Amino acid sequence: MSEQIIPIVMPKWGLSMQEGRLSVWHVKEGDVIEPGQEIMDVETEKIANAVEAADGGLLRRRVAQEDMVYPVRALLGVLAPVEVSDAEIDVYVAGFEMPQADEEEEEQAPAYLFVETPAGRLRYAERGSEGDAIVLVHGFGGDLDNWLFNIDALAAGGRVYAIDLPGHGQSAKTADGGIVGLVDALSGFTDAVDIGAAHFVGHSLGGAISAMLALKDPGKVKSLTFVDAAGLGEEINSTYIDGFIAAESRRELKPVIEHLFADKALVSRQMIDDLLKYKRLDGVDEALGSISASAFGGGVQSAVLADQITRSGIPVLVIWGEDDAIIPVSHAEAVAGAKIEIIVGVGHMPQMEAAGQVNDLIRDFLDAV
Amino acid sequence: MTRKISMKEAVNEALDQEMQRDPTVVVMGEDIVGGTGSPGEDDAWGGVLGVTKGLYAKHGDRLMDTPLSESAYIGAAIGAATCGLRPVAELMFVDFMGVCLDEIFNQGAKFRYMFGGKVETPVVIRAMCGAGFRAAAQHSQMLTPVFTHIPGLKVVCPSNAYDTKGLLAQSIRDNDPVIFLEHKNLYAHESDVPEESYTIPFGEAAVLREGKSATVATYGQTVHRSVEAAETLAKDGVDVEVIDLRTLSPIDNDTVIESVEKTGRLVCVDEANPRCSIASDVSATVAQEAFGALKAPIQMVTAPHTPVPFSPALEDLYIPTADGIADAVRKTMAA
Amino acid sequence: MSATATAVSAQGSDSPFPLEKDDLLSAYRTMKTIREFEDRLHVDFARGDIPGFVHLYAGEEAAATGIMMHLTDEDRIASTHRGHGHCIAKGVSVHEMMGEIYGKVSGACRGKGGSMHIADLSKGMMGANGILGAGAPLACGAALAAKKLGHKGVGISFVGDGASNQGMFLESLNLAGVWELPVIFVVENNGYAESTSVDWAVASDSYVDRANGFGLPGVTVDGTDFFAVHEAAGEMIRRARDGGGPSLLECKMIRFHGHFEGDAQTYRAEGEVEDIRNNRDCIKMFADRVSEAGVISRVETDAVDAEVATLIDSAVEQAKAAPLPDTADLLTDVYVKY
Repeated sequence: MSEQIIPIVMPKWGLSMQEGRLSVWHVKEGDVIEPGQEIMDVETEKIANAVEAADGGLLRRRVAQEDMVYPVRALLGVLAPVEVSDAEIDVYVAGFEMPQADEEEEEQAPAYLFVETPAGRLRYAERGSEGDAIVLVHGFGGDLDNWLFNIDALAAGGRVYAIDLPGHGQSAKTADGGIVGLVDALSGFTDAVDIGAAHFVGHSLGGAISAMLALKDPGKVKSLTFVDAAGLGEEINSTYIDGFIAAESRRELKPVIEHLFADKALVSRQMIDDLLKYKRLDGVDEALGSISASAFGGGVQSAVLADQITRSGIPVLVIWGEDDAIIPVSHAEAVAGAKIEIIVGVGHMPQMEAAGQVNDLIRDFLDAV
Repeated sequence: MTRKISMKEAVNEALDQEMQRDPTVVVMGEDIVGGTGSPGEDDAWGGVLGVTKGLYAKHGDRLMDTPLSESAYIGAAIGAATCGLRPVAELMFVDFMGVCLDEIFNQGAKFRYMFGGKVETPVVIRAMCGAGFRAAAQHSQMLTPVFTHIPGLKVVCPSNAYDTKGLLAQSIRDNDPVIFLEHKNLYAHESDVPEESYTIPFGEAAVLREGKSATVATYGQTVHRSVEAAETLAKDGVDVEVIDLRTLSPIDNDTVIESVEKTGRLVCVDEANPRCSIASDVSATVAQEAFGALKAPIQMVTAPHTPVPFSPALEDLYIPTADGIADAVRKTMAA
Repeated sequence: MSATATAVSAQGSDSPFPLEKDDLLSAYRTMKTIREFEDRLHVDFARGDIPGFVHLYAGEEAAATGIMMHLTDEDRIASTHRGHGHCIAKGVSVHEMMGEIYGKVSGACRGKGGSMHIADLSKGMMGANGILGAGAPLACGAALAAKKLGHKGVGISFVGDGASNQGMFLESLNLAGVWELPVIFVVENNGYAESTSVDWAVASDSYVDRANGFGLPGVTVDGTDFFAVHEAAGEMIRRARDGGGPSLLECKMIRFHGHFEGDAQTYRAEGEVEDIRNNRDCIKMFADRVSEAGVISRVETDAVDAEVATLIDSAVEQAKAAPLPDTADLLTDVYVKY
């Protein structure tokens, strides 16, 4: 009977997650769960998020308690059809062993890689070994961990690369060339890692960078996915941009970062601390200042590329959080002929706030391209 | 890129990078080169515990051994700081402040005020502090409250390699005199540290562990013992917030008060002697500013009002322990 | 090095002194300014116009002036509690000094330092100092900075005969020797450490011996003789600038006033003060020599005297009229940023 029993385990988000706190169950024993349904909230050091059910079925047992911390892959709940007896479930729970297989994998494949490019040393992560290359490009002030809920999910369908742009994450902190320099850096990265033509998924400023690359070097870009992207209209929340650059403390930065999310509770202390650690590196202020001046000088986006992208004929998917407070959702309509998906109840970071949906949309789009 | 290094390596790296960044940074102290004028290697020691080892090879005579004359060279560092250098003077053990305190508290600390705001004294005085090294009464003190008492000084006491590198860089770039205290029992402690230079502003505590039941405010070696206590207490469902004050002057009272407003309970842990200590200072501030939020009397866990004993049996009793901190938290929970 | 090294006459000059007439007049003006400043404080302090306490330099003017004439603003001096003369000779504004002594915002330190803490780094004056001997390490620091920053500046440490017994002074002699610093230690030996006689309080008979004990050359000069001080200091300062290292200059001086104002000076011999005022007044001796040599006339020194009297009057007037610091000033200037 135990093959009818399906475990619900603590997910692993991103590369550094080791444990998570189950903050609240959204389902109770006896509920029938659909795949993709939000079944609980989990907080990690970096972020809090809803856990979407990987499998559907009847929730027979809530093994994990609210407000307790569990390691990644620990058993949190049990799905099983009604024919399975409580005794069998007891045996299953008692005998559950956390799978350890990933540890070896992690040791073999380092979490982060570095490559020397003309724009300096860039950090990136690589997942998956087969299929088309997919390059994930973060936005202003972000880094490759902005894709922590996406990189593994997308790796099922391709070789996924997520990079830290110059001036960001753990890449070189020189970004003298402004936005054009970032495009060159992205292009240089694809050459240095020799990934060939790729699908680019760009969030926010990363969308504009990817679009500029597509227009400059069409052979490198098979498709574009814009996630709450810059480059499609003039408006940008300059209070956010300026506030992000200016913030020197947790107290100053937290309200700025809350602009990014529809659910402000997602902004954890660790997220702010990590951003502060990044912002305090020598050269980051100058890099962000230079990028901001060239991309958003005077509070207006300097590159509006929607019509050029339309004319280029390149396949485009646009995903937008309906409650985006940084770049208005109206920009989602800018690329004529693009597939447009507006996600309700999320802000500027749908790849985090509605990761499952975004992953599905990207996978479906790439399958169809 | 980020990798794990020890607190000792973090000190060395911060000095190295700041010397590269700013040619006016010079480093001086007893044995910090460790062999000047001797028949053997010029930089045999690189500091009494090897903290500055390797810097002489890179920066030459910008590192200076000194005679055993703390008054003279600490004073010279302070004087030079008003004349265009950014000296980092190592006092070896903070216990030696007794022989050069005038230069620190009557000279460097007061220049700016006495001279009507017209002088900057960007000097850093590094010293090892703290017990647990079996180094006895004159090589094991914290003495942090002596320095925080003095207007004009900034006082830093980090607990890990990341904070050490960023706070030392900030200390060197800072335009006021800074007393930078390195707990010698933490030199081997490792944490994730970026290779790049970075600074951490003064007056910003770190919340190492969030919790709802009680707040523990501390710094230095007892940070780790407080986290250990919190982990023990978590098993009993007591959810402790641990705050590492990191800098003691300026001190981030706001973070402590904010936390106490959430938890209602406060334990101040300090390896310094109890009278007029950091613990008593934080306790008094919270009692004054957030009395209404307190659900129980504030507890203090400090060293006793004794010199640091030598015998390991006694020294282990002298330093606040994780068990002692956990007991103090239980006491606030019971009240 | 010798105190009796041959004086070098100013070339192409009619002056029999190693200084041109303009420099001699300038030296006279400096000494006279110090004297007038201190004498005025003596009177005004007794009248109760001045808060706190002051230590007067009157009688010792030749030393400060003879040394400081060799220095530029790049050279640094660390002074003592008896610092007014050093300040004036180093070019600190008399108006700002007077304002400071009156505790006014117009003061050199905005009224926060007072007589014992007048400083003006822009003039190379690192501060008078209420802690005896504490200036010696600071002057070493200034010399170290000059050496490391590659300019020709020197550091001058002033101490009295009393503070010359302080550990930090003696440590500094050694440190300066070890680091070969361009620093000159000036011992202003006026015979009294506050009220205690130098003969009793200094076990060594000779400051030259003391310097030599640390491997430093030392010279003793008559500190009331401007020319002797000027010559000896000049040689030491040149030596330091040229990389020759530290040295010690003992100036034997006399103190016209008490340790501080209000000191009844009952420890002094009967008639001692009258005698030195009449017979060993450094300014009078200087004026006599330059006028006897026919370089500067009495008319010219009288004109300087009048100029100086006006200057001090105006400094006092301005200081009295200047506003006191207000409540907000209490809390500012502790840190550059806190």
